[in-house]
Amino acid sequence: MAAAEAPASADRRVWIIIGLIVVSSLLALPLSQQVFGLRLTYTVRVVALGGAVLGVISGVLGCFAVLRQESLLGDALSHAALPGVAIAFLLAGRDLSWLLIGAGIASWLGLRMVAAILHTTRIKQDAALGIVLVSWFAAGIALLAYIQSIPDASQAGLDHFIFGQAAAIVERDVSLVSGVGLAVLLAVALFWKEFKLVTFDAEFAGANGFRTGLINTILSTLIVITIVLGLQLAGVILMVGMLIAPGIAARQWTHKLEQMVVLAAVFGAFAGAAGAVISALDSDIPTGPMIIVVAFALVLLSITLAPGRGLLWSRLRQRANRSRFAARNTLLNLYRYALRHGAANSPVPDDFIRGVGDRSAELGLRQLRAKGQAMFSKTGSEAGWRLTDSGIQQARQIVHNEKLWAMYRLHAHRLDLPLLQEDRQAAIASVLPAAAIALLERKLREVEDNA
Amino acid sequence: MRIAMPERAERPRAADNGALALSVDDLTVAYDEKPAIWDIDLAVPEGILMGIVGPNGAGKSTLIKAVLNLIPRAAGTVSFYGQPYERARALVGYVPQRGSVDWDFPTSVLDVVTMGLYGKLGWFRRPGQRERDLALYALEQVGLADFAQRQISQLSGGQQQRAFLARALVQDAQIYFMDEPFAAVDAVTEAAIVGILQALNKRGKTVLVVHHDLQTVAEYFDWVTLLNVEVIASGPTADNFRPENLRKTYGGRVAYLHTANGEA
Repeated sequence: MAAAEAPASADRRVWIIIGLIVVSSLLALPLSQQVFGLRLTYTVRVVALGGAVLGVISGVLGCFAVLRQESLLGDALSHAALPGVAIAFLLAGRDLSWLLIGAGIASWLGLRMVAAILHTTRIKQDAALGIVLVSWFAAGIALLAYIQSIPDASQAGLDHFIFGQAAAIVERDVSLVSGVGLAVLLAVALFWKEFKLVTFDAEFAGANGFRTGLINTILSTLIVITIVLGLQLAGVILMVGMLIAPGIAARQWTHKLEQMVVLAAVFGAFAGAAGAVISALDSDIPTGPMIIVVAFALVLLSITLAPGRGLLWSRLRQRANRSRFAARNTLLNLYRYALRHGAANSPVPDDFIRGVGDRSAELGLRQLRAKGQAMFSKTGSEAGWRLTDSGIQQARQIVHNEKLWAMYRLHAHRLDLPLLQEDRQAAIASVLPAAAIALLERKLREVEDNA
Repeated sequence: MRIAMPERAERPRAADNGALALSVDDLTVAYDEKPAIWDIDLAVPEGILMGIVGPNGAGKSTLIKAVLNLIPRAAGTVSFYGQPYERARALVGYVPQRGSVDWDFPTSVLDVVTMGLYGKLGWFRRPGQRERDLALYALEQVGLADFAQRQISQLSGGQQQRAFLARALVQDAQIYFMDEPFAAVDAVTEAAIVGILQALNKRGKTVLVVHHDLQTVAEYFDWVTLLNVEVIASGPTADNFRPENLRKTYGGRVAYLHTANGEA
């Protein structure tokens, strides 16, 4: 159960996953070279490195976007970048730095426009995001169409910003992304405490003297920069996937922000590099979309498999619970019926126990028989289910444990016992000190003597 | 750094011991054209335990947030121990409504309580062992020490509330504002929280609590403020928690008025 899980084991889990990813990546490379005839050309290596670097940055910042419930803000901001690319091209020509600066300015203005709509009107956030996303994207498309009508060879490929064009990435682009990305990551490290506080409880942060508006603006600006860095690879439409997928996947595996961010960086790097390598297998596979497909495969795996939160996990837990409760309830039903009809080892008719237990009785009886706590005999007047000595002992223990818990609930306050979260399935002797158990035992005897 | 006399000597003193922990003058907040709170005057002496009661929409949370500078004021001034909030911030502790945060946030109980010390640490400095020890001590005080390493989503509603209280305790403030700490908690937790409030009060802290249950006002609080957009009455509970004031606050249809009649 998630609640009972030791923090240490969860910590270890994160490192195991990171180790698995690193090892499998190292193994997958020679394998793909042998089996699929992949050739790690210079271009493929550059694109893969670019994808990995971008994955790290967007994984880290994406965690905050996801936790602030601002995933769609990321989408609106990346769409809002497109007119910036077009205007920068018109003003400064086809220079990547300028195009990205233009994208950043447009995206940031989009961010301010969302904030302005929210502050000055009664329009809700989803609608405000829709307005900005669509209007800025449309403006970008219109500008691109205009640029294409200009007779100038250099505009070719500008529309690759819509879906991303990994093949066009050169080493200089990777250094640019790495340099700016490093600055972004340093800023996150510097403002770690502030980002965490504002993301969790902005009101409390404000009451403690932090300028939440400023912190929010810094964080949003870092997210905008991250989006802009990824535009060339993933494009304005798919960039949000790169941003949020690693964070969503990482969240499934851990309950600690620090670990979530590290894991998201690893997931992001893996998706970026793997997507690039896979798309190198065939020239028809586009890199940007492939990266997103890998990233969301990680999300799917995490949602399915992650302990505690995963779908598979909760199914298994339900099954384990059902069989645990079935055994326990069937044991108690047998015990009570037997006591009422003579002694604890009196036979209990098969019809009765299956009747009260419904389908879980079948499950319970099978387990009790396997554990040697109950057995079935067909002969004559003795026909029926009968508890063995160990079954009787177990039943008595359960009943006694429940009585002690009842005493605890009634008298814990007056007896000055430690405050516990009651869990009647748990042996009370394992959670309370012996002296406290002795007190409860005495209370129980008093009550039973009086009755 | 504490206990400066209020600047305005001409204001009537609310209590014998003199110093005002909180003084609010002409405070007005408007979200739309209609004010959420209107022309609030409050004089809160040091060391009292005050309940703030009033119907839904009376502006109780708004009052606290406006006092703490969390929302813009349309008019009015607020001072703590004679100083504006900016300079008295270290003296002020705050417990927001439990529902105001995402309890699925990936962090531990101890971490949340440590956040109460972030303000003292200031920008950029990280919490260390000393901060963790203080947080653990606060968790012991609210009976949650065993839960320190739990993820916060694994807490029950009452435990969440106590974690928030612990976060305020580590702030080691002089005056505390608590927004509905008793909302949707069971009787045992409510008793535990009341115990904590009274312990704070015994140590001379001033505590202001937004409260909903009229039945327990007289039992829990020695001072009361009845609020419905305006302050209807504010002062010692015995003098102010009276049927006519309740009627002015809630309108005539409060069943409790009858019992209050008997007591008052």
